[in-house]
Amino acid sequence: MIEIGYPFYRRKICALKAGDAVSISGMIHTGRDRFHKFFADGGKIPVDFRDGALYHCGPVCVREGGGWRVVSAGPTTSVRENPYEPAFIESSGVRIIIGKGGMDSATLAAMRRRGCIYVQAVGGAGALYAASVRRVAGVDLMDEFGAAEACWHFEVEVFRGVVAMDAHGRSLFADVAASSSARLAAALG
Amino acid sequence: MKSEILHERISDLIASTSSSLPADVERALRRSLRAEEKGSSAAVVLRTILDNVALARKGRVPLCQDTGTLAFYIDAALRRRVTPSVIKKAVALATERGLLRRNCIDSVTGRSYDDNCADGAPVIHYVDWQEPGRVTLVLKGGGSENMSRQYSLPDASIGAGRDLEGVRRCVLDAVQKTQGFGCAPGILGVCIGGDRATGYEVAKEQLLRPLDEKSGGAKDAQLRRLERSLLKEANSLGVGPMGLGGKTTLLGVKIAARPRVPASFFVTVAYMCWACRRGSLTV
Repeated sequence: MIEIGYPFYRRKICALKAGDAVSISGMIHTGRDRFHKFFADGGKIPVDFRDGALYHCGPVCVREGGGWRVVSAGPTTSVRENPYEPAFIESSGVRIIIGKGGMDSATLAAMRRRGCIYVQAVGGAGALYAASVRRVAGVDLMDEFGAAEACWHFEVEVFRGVVAMDAHGRSLFADVAASSSARLAAALG
Repeated sequence: MKSEILHERISDLIASTSSSLPADVERALRRSLRAEEKGSSAAVVLRTILDNVALARKGRVPLCQDTGTLAFYIDAALRRRVTPSVIKKAVALATERGLLRRNCIDSVTGRSYDDNCADGAPVIHYVDWQEPGRVTLVLKGGGSENMSRQYSLPDASIGAGRDLEGVRRCVLDAVQKTQGFGCAPGILGVCIGGDRATGYEVAKEQLLRPLDEKSGGAKDAQLRRLERSLLKEANSLGVGPMGLGGKTTLLGVKIAARPRVPASFFVTVAYMCWACRRGSLTV
């Protein structure tokens, strides 16, 4: 398991390869469907993503003693953000996209150009990822989008995932789809 | 038993089902972890899943944030005691206690039913095949439900004719098409035959069967053999946990058959994610 911490400088990110298991620590920010649409429509993104991480996640958070407690924070399916992500990567300087299921070839190309990776989090592991959030540093766009779609700022410790798309143009999803398709063709004769 | 106590007990069943993975599924995940190469993506994903399972059980919190569609399978003899209104009261209580996400949307207006109760939700089946006094609950998430499919044979695109070889082709095609999107490693419930509606119904019912059945699997010997060989073949495709490659793509395959009319031959595949949440109680 390779440990990486914020800030996620280009040099560190480009040293990682598809298939590497990683443990992420430091600040990450959530953004999903409405966040991406807002960005595409010219909205002002409330945080600086330079050398930062974006997490496709709609967490369940409850208020507790003036702050927030994260109950569940697993990844959501990333493909829905395909139309927006290349432009977001180009303009924000983000280094890590975390989600599940992977993204398209246009996003992979943008990652390669700008030095960014896609980390696959484990679908369904909401309790574990919630436990990796050490502190909720704040939340933006709450009034506009509601709690599940807001931009949450999480300080995480040992957030586990696998580099599934690297900054060199390799995608494990594409590899596995191709190899399983060849094996299926062989099995069906 | 008074209905007061009954709805409390069913609410507890919802809590334990949402937070605690069945022992047979957890054992299968552990076996899979041992089979994968140390340090591989597959091993990392399986380790993460198992840690999540332990944490959710200990903290009695939902093990996946998508608490899914609730489907109850109730012994028909309990129809007058375990009524839909008792079930709904239990679901509303479990939602209030934070064991279920607000997960029920009106398909026409888009509004949320905040207590997870509506006409048709939760799904309640009174069945004659349950053990006496038995109430079984299954929580199935949307990500896995989206991956279920139905084939109509013959299907020239995969060379599937109307025989068990055709069934084999459908199942393997379904596994390859699904990749990791249903949160692999998954469990397949398969129905051969029936009409379209009963195909999906019976395929989903197969997901109630434990992975390590004492009987060794399906009643029919041919189907039992097919369950075993398809599990092996599906895992040889190399899709792996969350689709990142590896030896574990499925944890189990459960097959049943229903009669068909001469004109139709459906093969229905219900995909269940690794978070196969099922639980029972006896009233």
